[in-house]
Amino acid sequence: MHPRTREKLILTVVGWFAAGLIFFPIFWMVLTSFKTEVEAVATPPKLFFTPTLENYITVRERADYVHFAINSIVISVGATLLATLIAVPAAYAMAFFPGKRTKDLLLWMLSTKMMPAVGVLIPIYLLFRDTGAIDTRWGLIVVYTLMNLPIVVWMLYTFFKEVPKDILEAGRMDGAKPKQEVWMLLLPLSLPGIASTALLSIILCWNEAFWSLNLTTSQAAPLTTFIASFSAPEGLFWAKLSAASTIAIAPILVFGWMSQRQLVRGLTFGAVK
Amino acid sequence: MQLRQLTLLSAVSWIAGTGLALSQGQTLTIATVNNADMIIMQRLAPKWEQATGNKLNWVVLEENVLRQRATTDIATKGGQFDIITIGSYEAPIWGKQNWLLPVDDLGADYDYADIIPSVKNGLSFNGKLYAVPFYAESSFTFYRKDLFEQAGIKMPDKPTYDQIAEYAAKLTDKSKEQYGFCQRGKPGWGENMAFIGPMVNAFGGRWFNEKWEPQLTTEPWKNAVNYYVKNMKEYGPPGATANGHNENRALFATGHCAMWVDATSAAGYIYNPKESQVADKTAFTAAPMQVTSNGSGWFWAWSLGIPASTKKADAAKSFVKWATSKEYVTLVGNEAGWVAAPPGTRKSTYDNPEYQKAAPFAKVVYESIVNADLTKPTKDPVPYIGIQYVAIPEFQGIGTAVGQQIAAALAGQVTVEQALETAQRSTERTMKQAGYPK
Repeated sequence: MHPRTREKLILTVVGWFAAGLIFFPIFWMVLTSFKTEVEAVATPPKLFFTPTLENYITVRERADYVHFAINSIVISVGATLLATLIAVPAAYAMAFFPGKRTKDLLLWMLSTKMMPAVGVLIPIYLLFRDTGAIDTRWGLIVVYTLMNLPIVVWMLYTFFKEVPKDILEAGRMDGAKPKQEVWMLLLPLSLPGIASTALLSIILCWNEAFWSLNLTTSQAAPLTTFIASFSAPEGLFWAKLSAASTIAIAPILVFGWMSQRQLVRGLTFGAVK
Repeated sequence: MQLRQLTLLSAVSWIAGTGLALSQGQTLTIATVNNADMIIMQRLAPKWEQATGNKLNWVVLEENVLRQRATTDIATKGGQFDIITIGSYEAPIWGKQNWLLPVDDLGADYDYADIIPSVKNGLSFNGKLYAVPFYAESSFTFYRKDLFEQAGIKMPDKPTYDQIAEYAAKLTDKSKEQYGFCQRGKPGWGENMAFIGPMVNAFGGRWFNEKWEPQLTTEPWKNAVNYYVKNMKEYGPPGATANGHNENRALFATGHCAMWVDATSAAGYIYNPKESQVADKTAFTAAPMQVTSNGSGWFWAWSLGIPASTKKADAAKSFVKWATSKEYVTLVGNEAGWVAAPPGTRKSTYDNPEYQKAAPFAKVVYESIVNADLTKPTKDPVPYIGIQYVAIPEFQGIGTAVGQQIAAALAGQVTVEQALETAQRSTERTMKQAGYPK
């Protein structure tokens, strides 16, 4: 075999292996959701069985999936919009008009992500209690915005850095105001980057479980609390939990799959220059 | 631009705010766990809603998540819940803090005298009842009668741990993946310590002496933990440090265990042929004892409490009264089958011939619960109440830390003596920080 062909073959095998490894838990979850509770915990695990929809029916009966899903969508999209709205001007200023302290500022922003969330649970809970934000969608939107803001600013900052300054300067020479500069030049030029940042933010919001479990009860509870309600300290629950998880991740999985091209383009944006 | 941003912001908050208006009126928010008995309660609750015109908002969470969520809300007086599901560990502690409303005024027709006294004691502080029991459990020994018969062994009514070890040796056949001694190994105050605590009691040990000094390096602890580690290694399933209640239950239900000491509330499932392959091969006896039978079986009661921060106390009381009444037990018996009736709370349940017929394990369960005296959990006197726990707020942390040390000994990372030494030191430190002796 030609060394190049062999190298390619090995890389393909490694690639498929890695992909299989990452996908396996999801595959197993979907498979388990079609088993009975006894089959789900059987040792050795069963690969062949008569599939049942019983778990999905039970999950549908016990909780209002649509209510949770709408909350998830409103909160993830709302928080992402708000974060992008704040982060675009911030990243624009940092990328094109850096001051002496811009780098420190960026690092400081990131450092807020280093503290475990539970450390501020009680202060946040008290703030939420006094502002009437517990169990409201807007409350979670604010928390998720603040939580993802450092990452969104960082990502947009690196994408904006890739945009040649000269283009913006040329615009300015032609009389564009800062607003037009951002809106008509910067945003279209870095659209793949913004799209992948927004996607990542939506995924992070969708999967967030600490704040959603602690700050909501029922009205604003998203899908993460829906999943949590199917776990139990006593009794068999894996199959039902798998069914609940499958329908909870389905929307974001489909969404991610549809926007795959955009995501990959965004993540490799500027890498070939 | 500013105006447009403002419009967008207000649009976002409008979308977020819709649905809030629905939560007005006599709607009660009830937090509970996803256990089978609670699922039945959720299914039957519309009957109470129809009768009273109130509505219930269910928040179902995993036990530990619920504990954290409810504690945060109650401690900060967040007022999110009108009814919460708590265990016998929390009831007296939260009652002492005035976080819960007393529930001894539900009316004469509630029949307080029918509640099993040990259960009522476990949920009271200073003689006041702070939560009403929904279902209660103790621990006992599940064993495979077919394997015992084959080996020519007869299980005594009150086995000792020495006997259990002897039987485990005879009944373990690793080539068939059959293990004699399936016990909890997963670290946690409610996991491995729920088994080890009562076992230490049976060996004559205690968590604290009367001056609140930790006793983890005393002979009974050493004997009990050495016994546990030795038998788990020799006759337990592989990877036991990952096994909690559910894992062992699955192992037992799929025929891999000859003996299992665990919650009486699991008996219904093991007897259910739909969930268990050993439904017709299982029998039960008391939890093992050793030098004493005091505190050898644990006690736990899932109960309904009403946070002091609720603004709908009357409606909440009406619901907890309904859900823990004799009439409710009968309702479950009629609607979901008598084997599913909430166990362990009321004497009348055990006097009912229909329940006795449907639940052949009823007598052993009743005796285990009646004998589980939380106020006398050990051979020697102690300053605390609780069998597998000590009803002080610090215990969650202490129990889990000690559980981790014992799991490390089980995994072979440290010796039993080292584990207990470390556990003793960390417990001494925690108790000193908490200001004991008080």
